[in-house]
Amino acid sequence: MALEPSSQWSDAGDGMLTVPVQSFRKVAEHLKNDAGFDYLRSLTGVDWGEDGLGCVYHLENTATGENIALRTSSTARENAALPSVHDLWKGADLNEREAYDYLGIKFIGHPDLRRLYLRDDWKGYPLRKDYDPSWNGIPEDNEETNDDAPSYEVTGDGSFILKRHPLFEDDEYVINIGPQHPATHGVLRFRVSLEGEIIRKLDVHCGYIHRGIEKMCESMTYPQTLGLTDRLDYLGAMQNRHALCMCIEKAMGLQVSDRIQYIRTIMDELQRIDSHLLFASCLAQDMGALEVFFLGFRDREKVLDILEQTTGGRLIQTYNTIGGVQADIHPDFVKKTKAFISYMRPKLEEYHEIFTGNVIAQTRLKGTGVLSREDAISFGATGGTGRASGWACDVRKRHPYGVYDKVDFKEITFTEGDCFARYMVRMKEIEESMNIIEQLIDSIPEGEYQMKVRPLIKLPEGSWYSAVEGSRGEFGVYLESRGDKSPYRLKFRSTGLPLVSCIDTITRGAKIADLIAIGGTLDYVVPDIDR
Amino acid sequence: MKRNVNIKSMKYEDFNDNEYIEQMLKELRDNGTNVIVGCLDSVIEWGRSNSLWPLTFATSCCGIEFMAIGAARYDFARFGFEVARASPRQADFIMVAGTITYKMAPVLKRLYDQMADPKYVVATGGCAISGGPFKKSYHVVCGVDKILPVDVYIPGCPPRPEAMLYGLMQLQRKVKAQRFLGGINKGISEKEYERLMTADINKENGKDDYDESGLA
Amino acid sequence: MFDFGVVTSWIHTQLTSVMPEGLAVFLECVAIGVCLLLLYVVIAIIMIYMERKVCAAFQCRLGPQRVGPWGSVQVFCDVFKMLTKEIIIIRHSDKFLYNLAPYIVILASVMAFACIPINRGMEILDFNVGILFFMAASSIGVVGILLAGWSSNNKFSLIGAMRSGAQMISYELSIGLSILTIVVLTDTMQFSEIVMRQADGWFIFKGHIPAVIAFIIYLIAGNAEVNRGPFDLPEAESELTAGYHTEYSGMHFGLFYVAEFVNLFIISSIAATVFLGGWMPLHIPGLDGFNAVMDAIPGFIWFFAKALFVVWLLMWIKWTFPRLRIDQILTLEWKYLVPIGLLNLLLMVVVVVFKLHF
Repeated sequence: MALEPSSQWSDAGDGMLTVPVQSFRKVAEHLKNDAGFDYLRSLTGVDWGEDGLGCVYHLENTATGENIALRTSSTARENAALPSVHDLWKGADLNEREAYDYLGIKFIGHPDLRRLYLRDDWKGYPLRKDYDPSWNGIPEDNEETNDDAPSYEVTGDGSFILKRHPLFEDDEYVINIGPQHPATHGVLRFRVSLEGEIIRKLDVHCGYIHRGIEKMCESMTYPQTLGLTDRLDYLGAMQNRHALCMCIEKAMGLQVSDRIQYIRTIMDELQRIDSHLLFASCLAQDMGALEVFFLGFRDREKVLDILEQTTGGRLIQTYNTIGGVQADIHPDFVKKTKAFISYMRPKLEEYHEIFTGNVIAQTRLKGTGVLSREDAISFGATGGTGRASGWACDVRKRHPYGVYDKVDFKEITFTEGDCFARYMVRMKEIEESMNIIEQLIDSIPEGEYQMKVRPLIKLPEGSWYSAVEGSRGEFGVYLESRGDKSPYRLKFRSTGLPLVSCIDTITRGAKIADLIAIGGTLDYVVPDIDR
Repeated sequence: MKRNVNIKSMKYEDFNDNEYIEQMLKELRDNGTNVIVGCLDSVIEWGRSNSLWPLTFATSCCGIEFMAIGAARYDFARFGFEVARASPRQADFIMVAGTITYKMAPVLKRLYDQMADPKYVVATGGCAISGGPFKKSYHVVCGVDKILPVDVYIPGCPPRPEAMLYGLMQLQRKVKAQRFLGGINKGISEKEYERLMTADINKENGKDDYDESGLA
Repeated sequence: MFDFGVVTSWIHTQLTSVMPEGLAVFLECVAIGVCLLLLYVVIAIIMIYMERKVCAAFQCRLGPQRVGPWGSVQVFCDVFKMLTKEIIIIRHSDKFLYNLAPYIVILASVMAFACIPINRGMEILDFNVGILFFMAASSIGVVGILLAGWSSNNKFSLIGAMRSGAQMISYELSIGLSILTIVVLTDTMQFSEIVMRQADGWFIFKGHIPAVIAFIIYLIAGNAEVNRGPFDLPEAESELTAGYHTEYSGMHFGLFYVAEFVNLFIISSIAATVFLGGWMPLHIPGLDGFNAVMDAIPGFIWFFAKALFVVWLLMWIKWTFPRLRIDQILTLEWKYLVPIGLLNLLLMVVVVVFKLHF
C-alpha cells in the first residue's frame, strides 16, 4: 500500500489488494525481495468481464507466516497482458501457462508460453465467460508435437512480438514417455532428451486428463460442486472435499460442531494413511520390488473397509457436506479403527525390513533427485516433498483447521531433499497419522453430524481461500462469489502441479531409472494436476 | 453343436444379460459349422477366454481400482488375466479406466490401433461409458464408444472390484461365444492389406516427422 | 543308479539291425531333436506355471485357479492365445532382422538347453569342451536381443537392447570365471565327466570356501545373464514399457517370453550340475547304507529337484528386490564381481595345488 498508492484494499471475503497492472511487477518484486514473501501459494486467472482479465496471487512469507492476496487485471480483452513473475517464484511458470491456456492472458517475459492443458490447435479460451463449447470437437488426428516455445515481448508502441525458441535441438535424442506409460501414474507425458541414459532436459506435457472441473463448477450450485472434488485427487477425496466445504462454510460464516470437526479430522488422517500406503506400494512397483506393492495394497484394503462402512465408498467417498458430513459414523467405526492401528504398527516394520533396508533400494533412492529447500519453496512444492527438503510446510501446523490445534503431533521434516527423504517422510507420516487418530478416536464428542443448512446456498460477494494439508501437499480452494447460488470462479490449488514443475530441475543429470524413482517419490496424482 | 459359455464356479443364472449371449449363440448355430472346425474353435476360444491379458492403461480413479483387482485381495490372476502388459502390442484387451478427454482421445485410438488382433475394449466407470459427472465439460469425450468399439461396459464411479471382475467374466463369455475361425477373425486379403498400408504411408509422407517412439 | 544309456544303445542296435548305420543315426538324430524340442516346451510350460504360482505365494495371492486343477492348464490357454494373436509387422522397421531376432534368441536357448545332462546317459551334446560350447551357445542370445531392439525402430526397444548388450556381455565374464573355478577343481570341461566326479560329494562341499563363493557369484551373474529381476533392466516394465520386445506381438513375443523362462531354467540347471552334482544323488563317503537309499531315487528326479530349487531361489530374489540402475549393474560387475572372481580363482588354484579340498 505504501509502495504503490494507486492500489486499493478491499475487505470483501478474505481481503485483497488490487494493484494496477503498470505497477504490478514493481510490487511483486518488492514483496518477494524485501518483504520476504517467498512462497506463491496460488495463482488464479479470472475473467472479470468488463473489468478485464487478470490474476489473483496468494503469497505467503514462510518465515513469519504472513499472507497476502494480490490481484491485478488488464482491461484489453483481446490482448490482455500481464507481467510475468516466473523469475520471482519458479512455481509461477506452469501456473502462468495455465492462466494463458484458460484465459489467453499473455505473460510478458515468460520464456515458454505454450498451452499447458489443451492442444495447441484448440480454439478459444475455455474459462472466459464468452467461451462457446461448440468451437471444439473431438480431434480426429494425432497431436503434432511442437518443440517451439513461444514468448511474448512488448514493444514501445504497446504491440507484442512473438518469439519462438526451440526446446530441443535437432540432434538431440528425445524420447517420449507417456501418456500411456506404466510409471507416469496416469496420463502424464514427458519428453526427455537423453545422452546415453542420462537426462539432459525434460519437458512436461499435461492435460491428457484435463476435465475442465473449474469451468463446470461455475454453472453448478454450491452443493453440486462438492461432487467433483473427490475426483480431483482420488487418493485425497476426504481432504479435497474438506477444503471446499471449509471454504464455503467460511464464506457463509457457519461454525460446525465439534463432532463434525473430529470426524473430519479422523477421516482426513485415514485417507492420508491410505494414500501413503499406495505411495509406498507404487514406488516399490516402479522400482521393480513387486512384493511390497502387494503388501501395500493388502493393508490399504483394511483402511478402505473402515471408510466404506461409514461412507459407502471405496475411493470416491462423497462424505463431507456443507455444514457437516453425509452420515454419522458407523457404530463399529471406533472399534475397527483401533483394531486397524494395532494391526498396522507391526506391519510397517515389515515394509522397512523388506524395502527400506534393502541395499538396492537405498542406493537407488539416496542422493538422487535432490530438491533444495529454496527450490521447494520457490516452486511451492508442499507436502512430503517440501518437508523432505527441510521446509516445514504442513498446513495442519501453519494454518490449523479441524481439530489439529488440539492434537499433539510431530511435523516430520528431513534435510536431504532426496528421494529417500521423500520416501521416509511419508512412511513416518503414516505413524504420525495413527498417533493423531489415536488421540482423537476415543474423545469424539456427542453432537449433531450435520448442521442446519438451507438447500439453496447463496454466498455474499467476496473471495475466500482456504487450504488443507492433502495427502501430497497443500490443497487450496479459491472461491470468488458475486452473490449468486453458484461460484463466479472456483479454483483448486493443485497439489501436484508444483511437484511436476520441479521435475525438470531435479532430474537433470539423473538417469532414466532415476526419473522413475523421482516421479514415484514426488507422488503426484495426474487428475489433480490437470483438474 | 452345443457351445459352452459357462464360467467356472459361476451359475448361468447369475449373469444378467443371458439373452444377449443366447442371441449370439443362435446366430452362430444358424450358420452351421464343420465339426472339426467347430472343435478346434472351441479349444481356441477356451484358451483365449482364459488368457486375456490387459493393457496397463488408466487415466484416473478407476485406474486405482484396476490396480486393486490385480492386487492381493481380488487377484484377477485367478481368472487368467495374469500378465498386465505395458506394451499394447502384447495386450488382448484395453480397460478404459477413467475419463477420456479430447486431448487423450487420439492417443487412445492410437493405442487401440497398436494392439494386435483379436482385441477387446472394456469401458470402465461412468466417465468411460458416458462422460459420467463430467458430461457437461468442454474437454471430455462423453463415452469412449464414440471413438472405440466397446465390448463390455462396467458401470460405477468407480466400479467396485467385484463389479470389475464380473465385467471381465462377461468379456470371457463373449470371447467364448465367438468363433475364431471364420467368425470374428474375418481378416482382409493380402492385396487389401498392402493397399491400406501404402495408403497410410502416402498420407504420412506429407509429414516428415512421425513419432518414432512407437508409443503414442 | 539307472543308466539311460542302456535304452539308447538298445534302440541303436534295434535300428541298425534293420537299416544301414547312416540312416539309423539320421533317424536317431531326428528323434532326439523332436524329443529335445518337446522337452523344451514342457520345461517352458512348467517354468511359467511355477513362476505364476511362486510369485502369487510371495504376494499373498492365489495365482491361476480356474483352468484345470490349481490352474495347472493356465499356460496352455496362454499358448493357444499366443498362437492365434496377430503378428504385427511394423512400418519403418528392418523387416528381415525384425522377424529373425526371436528365432536367434530361441535358437541360442535351445542350443544351450541341449548341453544339460539330465540323467546318466541322457546327455544330448556331450563332448570334451562342453562348458566352452555352452558358454558360446548361450551368448548368441544377446545378438538376437540387440537385433530385436535395433530393428524395431523404437527408442525404448533400442535403449533396452543396449542395456541388455552391456549387461549380458559383462556378466558373461563372471559366469565364465565362476565355472572356471570349478573346472580347476575337476580338470575337465565335459559335463558328464563333471557330474561323475561328484559321486563322492558335490563340488560345493568338496571345494568348500572357493566353491561357495563361486556359486554365489554364479547365481548373481546367472540372474543378470537371463535378464531377470533385480537385473531386468532390458525389459524394465516401469521404465521402458517392455524393453527390447516392446514392438513384438503374438508368437514372436511368445518366443521371447518362452526363451526367458527356459533360460532361467538353463542357468539354474547348470548351477545344479556344476555345483550341486547334477543328477548325482547326495553321497556321503563312509555311509554306504545312506548312499544306497539315495541311489534308489532316479537321477533325473535329483536333477530336476536341484534345478527347480535354484529356480525357486532366483524367483524369490526377483520378486523381493528392487531393480538396479544401469550404472550400478556395471559397477557391481566390474568393480566387485570380476575382481572377487579372479581372486577366488586364484584361491581355488591354491586349494587344488595344496590339496586342501575334500
